[in-house]
Amino acid sequence: MEAGPRPGPRICEGDCAVLKRDDVFKAVPVLRRRKIIFEKQWFYLDNAIGHTYGTTFEVTSGGNLQPKQEVEETTTETKEAGTDNRNIVDDGKSQKLTHDDIKALKDKGIKGQEIVQQLIENSTTFRDKTEFAQDKYIKKKKKKYEAVITIVKPSTRILSTMYYAREPGKINHLRYDTLAQMLTLGNIRAGNKMIVMETCAGLVLGAVMERMGGYGSIIQMYPGGGPVRAATSCFGFPKPFFDNLHEFPLSKVDSLLSGTFSTETLPSEPEENTLVEEESNGLTDEKQISLQETEEETTTETAMEINQTEEQDTMDMNTEDGEFKENKEKESKDNVREKQRKQWERRKKLIETAALLTKKNADGLIVASKFHPTPLLLSLLEFVAPSRPFVVYCQYKEPLLECYTKLRERGGVINLKLSETWLRNYQVLPDRSHPKLTMSGGGGYLLSGITVVLDKGKSDSSHLEALKMEEPSSKRCKVQDLHC
Amino acid sequence: MSFVEYGDTIKDGDTAIVFLGHESMFPVKVQHGTVTQTKYGVIRHSTDLIGKKYGSKVTCSKGGWVFILHPTPELWTMNLPHRTQILYSTDISIITMMLELKPGSIVCESGTGSGSLSHALIRTVAPTGHLYTVEFHQQRAEKAREEFREHGVEHLVTVTNQDVCKNGFGVSNIADAVFLDIPSPWEAIGHAKSALKAEGGRICSFSPCIEQVQRTCLAMEEYGFTEINTLEILLRVYNVRTISLQIPDLGKAAEDNSSTGFDSSNPSNQGPLQVLEGPARSPWNLLFSGLNNPNSVSLSS
Repeated sequence: MEAGPRPGPRICEGDCAVLKRDDVFKAVPVLRRRKIIFEKQWFYLDNAIGHTYGTTFEVTSGGNLQPKQEVEETTTETKEAGTDNRNIVDDGKSQKLTHDDIKALKDKGIKGQEIVQQLIENSTTFRDKTEFAQDKYIKKKKKKYEAVITIVKPSTRILSTMYYAREPGKINHLRYDTLAQMLTLGNIRAGNKMIVMETCAGLVLGAVMERMGGYGSIIQMYPGGGPVRAATSCFGFPKPFFDNLHEFPLSKVDSLLSGTFSTETLPSEPEENTLVEEESNGLTDEKQISLQETEEETTTETAMEINQTEEQDTMDMNTEDGEFKENKEKESKDNVREKQRKQWERRKKLIETAALLTKKNADGLIVASKFHPTPLLLSLLEFVAPSRPFVVYCQYKEPLLECYTKLRERGGVINLKLSETWLRNYQVLPDRSHPKLTMSGGGGYLLSGITVVLDKGKSDSSHLEALKMEEPSSKRCKVQDLHC
Repeated sequence: MSFVEYGDTIKDGDTAIVFLGHESMFPVKVQHGTVTQTKYGVIRHSTDLIGKKYGSKVTCSKGGWVFILHPTPELWTMNLPHRTQILYSTDISIITMMLELKPGSIVCESGTGSGSLSHALIRTVAPTGHLYTVEFHQQRAEKAREEFREHGVEHLVTVTNQDVCKNGFGVSNIADAVFLDIPSPWEAIGHAKSALKAEGGRICSFSPCIEQVQRTCLAMEEYGFTEINTLEILLRVYNVRTISLQIPDLGKAAEDNSSTGFDSSNPSNQGPLQVLEGPARSPWNLLFSGLNNPNSVSLSS
């Protein structure tokens, strides 16, 4: 019963796809003849190209992918099963197949399903287990021997789950439910003009871009030489999405706010080094995402990646070979012109972005970085219009406490809320439902609020506002509060 | 103003949010000639609201003041008139992300209820997506339609008055995602599946009781849904206050050497001290499911 090709988006060469096995994800670029390692298996993605996203594959002995054939579950004849484990002794001897036997089966190319069946037949205690225990046993063996991989299309849901599981350090331990709250609290939607400041490898930026659907504009504030957008490229956004994505260096924010902004001193190093840095930032991150498992592959990966950046190679050429001198002179003249053009472009863009910021009419602010949130908020809020939401993420609670207090002093914000979400997942099976894991505290904290028109130079009224906005206190304490 | 686009100034016909202070606010329909009573006095729409910038402070007749805010689905959720129990932004957030909703998505929802989730969904799928929402209570369906009209989003939503368990969503093979918040969601899974695109989509069901969750999970499995996950999300809000704790008088050491580091005569050694607000919200249960893989429903072919 061959069903026709499934409808839906297809896996294309050049895409960023996510490999999935049970709850383990890994983002990889879809390239031919590129060896991938995932969950202790080596394979090439070539055969996957052209299939629909969501297809499940098996790894053949040659390292190729093959779509998994749908197998009908063997009809459950009343299996022999026990009632409890009072007589089951765990002496490690109940499985008659040895490690070598199993290896032999695997080498023969026997399918995982067969191996599981063999294991069941050669287990002396299997028929004594309860039905539930048998189910659990089969599931466990299947997980180990039936290696199936699903290729899924990246999305905020998938990438945020992947990053939190694989590389939480890269995203400041921002758990995916916390990210979900940020997107909603910030009213992220098509048409907004957002300011985003993040050091989460570009994951937060990508999530914001996904929810904006290419409409509106985003100004990404960045520390150092350039923004890191490694995760952003995993989303696979179409090119037009990047037309309204701007960036602006944090190091220029003060000058912008004080009116002394100029493009004379661009942040950090000259042009091509910055480009290389950005490039390698992206590469390094990508490298770390897709090659966490072996060092061996790392070197081949790096070599191939670097070969792709030919432009950089010609710019960084350092040869002193006399033969090439003439060509090099001509080339270096072209390079200089190209460099100047690029620098002029960069300056132009910077001025444009500065103009966008100084309008002070952004529709929202999202902050999720390793830096102390207070200075970021106090300055970046200046660019946000009144009656707009802002959300700040911090891995720790304490900096947000200070932030809260400083914001109260500043005024111009209402509805401040410091929150945290706890996440609990459940196993739901007939007669076997129970919670699995509770995730709390490790997902970070959020401070959110709404901007209002700022009454400048009226510290009294802002203090009064602060009091008004506080928890209603008993009448008796009201006078004392003023002196707290 | 609209719930899917920001405006700068308050206009006649807008729905605005009046913010009085900590957790105290209410929605108001801006209308020429109308007045609104607040505990700080009267707000005259024609002079105090219309033409003012959103986020402005408005002084009321008795001298107190309020802020006028631009509506958002989140503010609406906190202030809308309840006709049924509603979903709050914490759950709405995780639902939105897990259903992978974004501009252009087509979503089906039942029951519409008081429209809390509906407004959030509309905001997320705008300007090119659509929400098909089904409500079996005639008055609630009509009230929802009215609100969507008033809020400038009627072009993004279709309200159908029928029983989703009997008659489905009224559309087929077009949805990217389906959401159920009804007493017997397992009865609607089949209809949900036919509403979803042929290539598959995501479904989420929300139930307060674990028994409902169990039955729904089973139904999802029967209909060929895969990657079924059950989640619960709890919001904890922290109360931040600056207080000063009194330093105890431990007396003074003999003469010059005051060995304690603290200057006990200075009463204000303060620092921000946070206090946990009351109990966390009561938990609700959510179910999620992944791609509907047509191949795995092998029975029909």
